[in-house]
Amino acid sequence: MDLDLSSVEPFRAEVRDWLRAHVPAAPLPSLETEEGFAAHRAWERELHGARLSVVSWPEPYGGRDASPLQWLVFEEEYYAAGAPGRVSQNGINLLAPTLFRHGTPEQLGRVLPPMASGEVIWAQAWSEPGAGSDLAALRATATPAPGGWLLNGQKTWSSRAAFADRGFGLFRSDPGAGRHHGLTYLMFPLDAEGLTRRPIGRLDGKPAFAELFFDDVFVPDADVIGAPGEGWKVAMSTAGNERGLTLRSPGRFTAAADRLVALWCERADPDDTALRDRVADAWIRARAYRLKGFETVSRTDDVGAETSVNKVFWSELDLALHETALDLLGPDGELEGEWLEGYVFSLAGPIYAGTNEIQRNVIAERVLGLPRTAR
Amino acid sequence: MVKFILDAEQRLFGETLHKLLAGTGTPEVIRAWAGGAPDRGLALWRSLADAGVFALAVPESAGGAGPLPVELVTAFHELGRHAVPGPLAETVAAAELLARLRGGPGAGETRDGDSGDGDSGDGDSGDGLAAAWLPRIAEGTAVVSLALPPAVPYALDADAADLVLAVDGDGLRVAAPGTARGSLDPSRRLFPVGAGPAEAHTAEAGEVLASGPAVRAAASAAFGLGALACAAQLVGLGRRLLEATVEYAGARRQFGQPIGAFQAVKHQLADVLVDLEYARPLVHGAALAYGSPDFARDVSAAKAAASEAAYAAARTALQVHGAIGYTDEYDLSLWIRKARALRSAWGSPAEHRARLIASLTGGRGSGGGP
Repeated sequence: MDLDLSSVEPFRAEVRDWLRAHVPAAPLPSLETEEGFAAHRAWERELHGARLSVVSWPEPYGGRDASPLQWLVFEEEYYAAGAPGRVSQNGINLLAPTLFRHGTPEQLGRVLPPMASGEVIWAQAWSEPGAGSDLAALRATATPAPGGWLLNGQKTWSSRAAFADRGFGLFRSDPGAGRHHGLTYLMFPLDAEGLTRRPIGRLDGKPAFAELFFDDVFVPDADVIGAPGEGWKVAMSTAGNERGLTLRSPGRFTAAADRLVALWCERADPDDTALRDRVADAWIRARAYRLKGFETVSRTDDVGAETSVNKVFWSELDLALHETALDLLGPDGELEGEWLEGYVFSLAGPIYAGTNEIQRNVIAERVLGLPRTAR
Repeated sequence: MVKFILDAEQRLFGETLHKLLAGTGTPEVIRAWAGGAPDRGLALWRSLADAGVFALAVPESAGGAGPLPVELVTAFHELGRHAVPGPLAETVAAAELLARLRGGPGAGETRDGDSGDGDSGDGDSGDGLAAAWLPRIAEGTAVVSLALPPAVPYALDADAADLVLAVDGDGLRVAAPGTARGSLDPSRRLFPVGAGPAEAHTAEAGEVLASGPAVRAAASAAFGLGALACAAQLVGLGRRLLEATVEYAGARRQFGQPIGAFQAVKHQLADVLVDLEYARPLVHGAALAYGSPDFARDVSAAKAAASEAAYAAARTALQVHGAIGYTDEYDLSLWIRKARALRSAWGSPAEHRARLIASLTGGRGSGGGP
């Protein structure tokens, strides 16, 4: 057992030097605004120019074939440098891993390079008004048409869809099949004919997600991922990625924990031991998440349902970090700023990517082996 | 390439101890120990020594195999998992203390990360004590208790110990245990340590054997190793509480179904797993930091998290078991009680959080990221 990171130090140094020279001095406007979205897209282009937008991908698609450990180190440096949030994250962290597992060479070659450069930004389209935690209740349909499919129905809570270029999600292609069967995984343009999008303001009013209405939206066969009817299995491999390390790397939280300790030094009443203990706990949990990341990349076995353990932990850690910061800020805690932006973002963590209630069911049944609950 | 998981040999070591302890049937040993009949516990102590447990904290040059902190936390995880009684963390902490006091200026014997050229004060007596006791600790013929007030104010199980040490400030002495006080954990008897006369071991009790900054530094190192060992015990203890409670929830039926099928039960157990899963890497990380400037900070992180995780496991175990878990006769209640006791032994969570914040904000500037 070791924690020897020396082999990745040259890579770390390169990333750190580049970020030091390129990270914008002032924070970009929120990526959940039109202006901020454009600024973040430009930043993705700049990252891509240094081949730093998708370090873990194979070289032909714009990556560096970075090992999981190098990726962890990249993320540590990225967030420690205070670099902008990743507007491309739905594509990079959710769609790309699905394509690497289920996509055709043609799809990889066509979809991945513009994703890596920020030229095409992706939105996810899972939930529907009647299908949230119970995703398999989804009703939007894909019906066969010459050369492809016609999409109909409604998707909602579609992150980034207000300003993104393309979307991906599940559609029911065989209404006669069981709940988890007869679903097809499709990609579609958000400006397609017949598609209407209505941005939804999140808690702070910023249009972070959207509703999508499909009225005979045509999608060619080339944009089906995996076999038609096999969409549930394909999507679950994406969900696994979302709950694993890739969506929320340890670097985000260790950087936030360091900023929290700095804020404590700057603002705190040293005799306020209740707040001091919360700062200590948040730092400890961020360290635990970082070390767990090293444990995960050291393993060769399948992490499987343990990704649910991860999801519960990071989402609650993110909240604890930001709630503690706002409490430290006292009357300034409600003021717009980076901590507040992070706080609003963290509030969604226990809800998206499978609510934490669903995750706890998964942990109880698939990791601990408790009896299944009827549902 | 980083390899932050136990290697095959370390895993085998843990499994070997697990089998040894499972075969022993620790609940009976614990109850006998609690009833003032320590023979079986002392026999188990020697079996653990034969398996190499105590030698992990004793330097090779003093008859041990250490220091091997990763193997040590592997062992203490199993000791906690089986709720083994006795001054276990105290003995390995004492070994650390004595090892650090060996040799005066220029004696050449150093531990990791220790320059060894500090002022060891009255080092000769520390030297003699170390030479006399370290080999015995390694071979399991010495049970040692240790008080390090204020964080460790009592000498645990001093009545069963062959040597009782106490460090006050920068003075090391053989302690004179007072009248035992009972603990929530029936297997723990806690002795106030006075400086009055008592039967001598290597020196008159109460007599200061060594003093100076070297003693203070050695006591600080000993506190670190004791707290680390205790943190590992807590994770093992919590793991056992979770396993036993999952088993019970799958078997116990109410309203026509196993109580483990109810979400209110499931979610509590899921939370216990989450906390334990993230306490373990903190313990391993702290073990790997042994000898580095971050050791004390990382131990505090590990001990605070392990205390909380194990205590939550105990509370959940009690709640899910219901009334049976609240009985003295039910074996799992030995684990439930030990979790509460070890939570505040070797530094309470509040103590370790305070130490952590002091370390993060005190002088070392940035660069000490999580």
